[in-house]
Amino acid sequence: MNSIVYNSQPLIVFKKVSKVYGRGGAAVHALRGVDLTIMPGEFVAVMGPSGSGKSTCMNILGCLDTPTSGDYVFEGIYVGNLSRDQRALLRRHYLGFIFQGFNLLHRTSALENVELPLIYRGTPLEERRRRGLAALAAVGLAGWESHTPGELSGGQQQRVAIARAIVTEPKVLLADEPTGNLDSERSREIMELLTTFNRENHITILMVTHEADMAAYSGRQICFRDGRIDENQMVKSRVAL
Amino acid sequence: MIWETFMLAQREIRRNMLRSSLTILGIVIGVAAVITMVTLGNSATAQVSADIAKLGSNLLQVRPGQGFHGPGGVRSAARMFTQADAEAILAQISGIAAVAPASSRTTQAIYGNENRSTTVMGSTNDFLAVRNWTLATGRLFTESEMRSGKALCILGATVQKELFGGQNPIGNAVRLQKLTCQVIGTLESKGQSSFGTDQDDFVLLPLRTFQRRIQGDNDVSVIYVSAREGFSTEKVQRNIESLMRERRKIPRGKEDDFNVRDMKEIMNTLTGTTRVLTTLLAAVAAVSLLVGGIGIMNIMLVSVTERTREIGIRLAIGALEKEVLLQFLVEALVLSSFGGVVGIILGLGTAAIGANALGAPFIWSPGLVALSFFFSGAVGVFFGYFPARKAARLDPIEALRHE
Repeated sequence: MNSIVYNSQPLIVFKKVSKVYGRGGAAVHALRGVDLTIMPGEFVAVMGPSGSGKSTCMNILGCLDTPTSGDYVFEGIYVGNLSRDQRALLRRHYLGFIFQGFNLLHRTSALENVELPLIYRGTPLEERRRRGLAALAAVGLAGWESHTPGELSGGQQQRVAIARAIVTEPKVLLADEPTGNLDSERSREIMELLTTFNRENHITILMVTHEADMAAYSGRQICFRDGRIDENQMVKSRVAL
Repeated sequence: MIWETFMLAQREIRRNMLRSSLTILGIVIGVAAVITMVTLGNSATAQVSADIAKLGSNLLQVRPGQGFHGPGGVRSAARMFTQADAEAILAQISGIAAVAPASSRTTQAIYGNENRSTTVMGSTNDFLAVRNWTLATGRLFTESEMRSGKALCILGATVQKELFGGQNPIGNAVRLQKLTCQVIGTLESKGQSSFGTDQDDFVLLPLRTFQRRIQGDNDVSVIYVSAREGFSTEKVQRNIESLMRERRKIPRGKEDDFNVRDMKEIMNTLTGTTRVLTTLLAAVAAVSLLVGGIGIMNIMLVSVTERTREIGIRLAIGALEKEVLLQFLVEALVLSSFGGVVGIILGLGTAAIGANALGAPFIWSPGLVALSFFFSGAVGVFFGYFPARKAARLDPIEALRHE
């Protein structure tokens, strides 16, 4: 890919982004004027205690929500001006999601789960099968494609979720505590997978986590506190494996 | 995308087989009821038409009096016809195949120890032609026998059975009042008419014999006229009316003291009645279709609540509102049209059994089947729309958090 071009300009820019829920006295200020720039190819860990605004930030980054004030610019597009359907199309074509609770479709095979985003992209069946199987193989689940989530372990389910997120080759992968429900061994495997996709497929990753161990895999850590970014430092080197 | 949606819908439906079956039960019953009612109604209508066709659908009856419409007294007061009237119709009006003047009376027919109250009819051989009767055994009257008024008779199947049992009646003598007449033929059975009367219960004499020996005058109480194939009975009817007015010297502006009835008219009246009944029953049955639709809406709403997380996932990974809407609409549509198909099969089956039990022909209409199928689909779309819109408008963030 022409990652050199992307490297020259930011992928994501937050300009004084605020988010307020409710009105008047009951108003909750989830974000209070956040400025943030993310370059293509970055692996950013988003940290902070609950209620600090990191989930709200991720929702806005994922185009699931819009800022109350300020601008969110994604590849030069002002997301705040987009309609609900336009944002859905943005998610469809540029974003991949890994949810905290896996959020796979029940009683649906691993392959069908992975194929789901491709269906909405209108990818033909043959190609869908091929790419779905390739994505499952990439997360080390070759041969498990016909199993349903109920028949898979937690680590395997999360890998299916990752395969679903990367099958569309998104520009940005948004992961909400991808290792939240896993033991340390599985967590390590998942983080290695994400690191691989970040390095080799040049997918920009934004990951919410509570654990410093997991954040250590990233290239940069952002810490939220009371709706603001508390600390904005680049971690120079990744943890050696 | 449509195909994907369809496959998804049928998978979703199969996943919850018991619930899906219960959901469509309302539609199944509704459609089956409508199909059964209308099909049976059509069968009954066809039965009535067929019965009337047996009487001869190109048949006109000319009777004195004002028939159905006028006050009751007029008929008895009106002058009777004569054989000359019948001859005039045959001679002066075009498009006529046969004319049969007839008179009848109820009387006892006696043979040996057997006796039966039956209708004695005086007419000509043409009576058998215009009323579609065929001889089973024996022969017709000859011209000279009719002219001279010989004491001969032809028996209807019921009279033959009652008086003679298995015996061959030809050549035997039957007594009708004071007249003893020889049986020269018997008729094929026609069975019951749709009015419930036994059509085979009569004895036919030559008109002259009947007038002289039983009735005692030269009156003719009805003239049967059969129009030739391809001629309009309406036109023949109008011509007979004007001829009769002329012969009976009815002045302009005065009402007819006779009536000419077309069997088609009678047929239309009767089939019209069955049709109204059919429509009424079908309308009642259609109400259950509506109830079935509400059942679908109910289950779809439950389904949307249950699958909130799934909807959240779909929306988050980039499904458009209209795609989620379509998914749930197609699901409702597949459910209801499947219910429609089952209902159609069930309805046709019931109607076939019912028609068989009533002895009516089983006539199913492809148009009705298509309409029922279309309508059940429409019920699904109509009642599925609200739940589907509810699903499509969910907030993905909220939906993903839903437990």
